[in-house]
Amino acid sequence: MLVYDSQSDTGYQINALDRKLIQLTQSGLPLVSQPYQELAQQLGITACEVKARFQRMLDHGVIRRIAAVPNHYSLGFRANGMTVWNVPDNRISDLGPKIGAFEFVSHCYHRPRHLPDWPYNLFAMVHGHSRDDVQDHIRAISDVIGNDNHGSDVLYSTRILKKTGLRLAD
Amino acid sequence: MPAAQVNSRQTIQDKFELDQTDRRIINRLQDGMPVCDQPYLLVADELGIQEHELLSRLQAMLDNKVLSRFGPMFHAERLGGGLALAAMCIPETEFDHVAAQVNELPEIAHNYQRTHKFNMWFVIATEQKSDVERVASQIESTTGYPVYNMPKIEEYYVGLRFPV
Repeated sequence: MLVYDSQSDTGYQINALDRKLIQLTQSGLPLVSQPYQELAQQLGITACEVKARFQRMLDHGVIRRIAAVPNHYSLGFRANGMTVWNVPDNRISDLGPKIGAFEFVSHCYHRPRHLPDWPYNLFAMVHGHSRDDVQDHIRAISDVIGNDNHGSDVLYSTRILKKTGLRLAD
Repeated sequence: MPAAQVNSRQTIQDKFELDQTDRRIINRLQDGMPVCDQPYLLVADELGIQEHELLSRLQAMLDNKVLSRFGPMFHAERLGGGLALAAMCIPETEFDHVAAQVNELPEIAHNYQRTHKFNMWFVIATEQKSDVERVASQIESTTGYPVYNMPKIEEYYVGLRFPV
């Protein structure tokens, strides 16, 4: 039984065959001329069926896109700051998309505060070639937030302790 | 996974040189590839290169870890699972020990050390939405430290667009 929250109510629930396709491609799409044909052969179904299922998952946002994910460290984006902001709850839906629109922001979310230890409710992951770069980006965000800025901080990652992709159990 | 092992991943590709064609491939393929019989041929034509060259360059960039991945990017919640960012405040002397305890759980997808009193940040990804709370409680009882659960309330933007 699959349960969706309101934001991800796509009207489409993946089934057993979709799951198999996801499991087969979670480490990547085959790098062969006809990747869907290759997947079809592995599952004993037609390439048409495979393509239709991928297209449907794309249409419903189950798959965001079929794309290359760069390792940003190797591309020279070595400074990665999680910027966090305390903004009024009634302003956040207006500010969030504006901050998400910056090219240097890869993720932007509204998350819960944990008062008094954690007053921040708006998270924006900022990438730069250096920490100076990130500081410039923070100033740009700060300009957008203006008087709604009730405090902010930046947390740099110093160590990756674990990193695995999405994994579906068999 | 031991932290040292993971760290070494980050430096491997320092010496891998990207040429202009690699950069165009990365930029083009961050936007997404259509679903069709020969998608690589289609993209290669757009870029004015041969299909086999696109495939071999993609393979090389994956091998050299310039690309973390190439393929469908799944929207975890829309697969029906649970997903939450969570943070902990761990004293320096206990940090590696607690990190190992947390990382041992298969539901922990990413875990980063960060420069803050809240110094450990990880993603809990579960098959069932209801399991996120269970995993958080399990971490609290195993480690003896509170887990600050910060599931997203609203998403404004997710995407990686690194012009290279």
